[in-house]
Amino acid sequence: MGDILELAARYRDEGADELVFYDITASPDGRSVDRGWINRVAELLDIPFCVAGGIRSVADAEEVLNYGADKISINSPALARPALIGELAERFGTQCVVVGIDSREEENGEYRVYQYTGDPDKTRHSGRLTVDWVREVQSRGAGEIVLNCMNQDGVRRGYDIRQLTRVREVCTVPLIASGGAGEAAHFAAVFREARVDGALAASVFHSGAIHIGDLKQYLRDAGVEIRA
Amino acid sequence: MVIIDGGGANIASLRFALQRLGQAAELTTDPDRIRAAERVILPGVGAARAAMQGLAATGLDRLIPELTQPVLGICLGLQLLGAASDEDDSVCLGIFPGRARRLPGGPELSVPHMGWNRLHQRRPSPLFADIDEGAHFYFVHSYALPVDEFTTGSCDYGVEFAAVVERGNFMATQFHPERSGTAGARLLANFLAL
Repeated sequence: MGDILELAARYRDEGADELVFYDITASPDGRSVDRGWINRVAELLDIPFCVAGGIRSVADAEEVLNYGADKISINSPALARPALIGELAERFGTQCVVVGIDSREEENGEYRVYQYTGDPDKTRHSGRLTVDWVREVQSRGAGEIVLNCMNQDGVRRGYDIRQLTRVREVCTVPLIASGGAGEAAHFAAVFREARVDGALAASVFHSGAIHIGDLKQYLRDAGVEIRA
Repeated sequence: MVIIDGGGANIASLRFALQRLGQAAELTTDPDRIRAAERVILPGVGAARAAMQGLAATGLDRLIPELTQPVLGICLGLQLLGAASDEDDSVCLGIFPGRARRLPGGPELSVPHMGWNRLHQRRPSPLFADIDEGAHFYFVHSYALPVDEFTTGSCDYGVEFAAVVERGNFMATQFHPERSGTAGARLLANFLAL
């Protein structure tokens, strides 16, 4: 708890534009996030934040939003029951509803959606092609898509520009790139080449390898429109 | 001061933002409390018609236009202070003459308009004290009032729309100051100082 708040305050002060809180272990275990902390985060933050993990129903989402989160992000539960996207959009508005997609490039060059990626033992192919799923979640009411490119995730060699560019072609809602950020140039490249609306990263910020304030200055100098 | 309780999830964020500025705010729909308050905030999330019906149910649709203390509308609250909205073809409070229209969107401009965008200060306002021209604020909306003589701040999202409106003791922001970092906190503090 103390760690979450400390980190949230640090990123707020460094100039993050939005924070996402993931409990990636929530879905495979069939358990939900303990949500009391959301209220404490809302008390602290003056920027929007999103909560992901274990949201399987309108009631789950309502609890998260009432605690003060601005958005909820769903991933595996949307694959298990796609109608959930529409139910959430209907109740809270599309602007609240983020759909996270874990996508991997297969050997044949196809992009496919994976689920339960929080646990390597339970991770499995969802049977869906990424581009089809991106289209479907938008038609069901997703207001934003976070595309986590699994081939790049954790390797810090840059965002998957090719895949993100392909998804950008069919994605008319805000598209957030995730997976692969290792250095400042990777952020500049993904904004310029894949025309994403946002770039998400975790490990490079947690480790201190990249300071958000420095990164934003770098991006401004590179001609990317970004909040001061 | 009071926040008019129209339901909606983001009231928590607004209360916390005021709390960070040392300002307690009571959440209420009680006409007497609202009339007696030093300042009033009209937030709003959701659709215009439902929100207007909520205000009418407690008689606030008649009370709000009569208020004389500083009143700040936020997001849908701004649109409710307008004359009408294309959203469900709703009649609104009519403090500002504009009619909320759906944002046109475009190839790289998805609707809802969601995210950080620049505020152009068209005219000086005490709300803008110590806020840089072009500072970023956080927006989440699908409808907006057109720019008119009461627009003190505007924003460009395919079309130039009213981001801050002011008329006498009534003022409103289309963005969420409570989620707009230090610039947003500054604007709220400026409102509290009026």
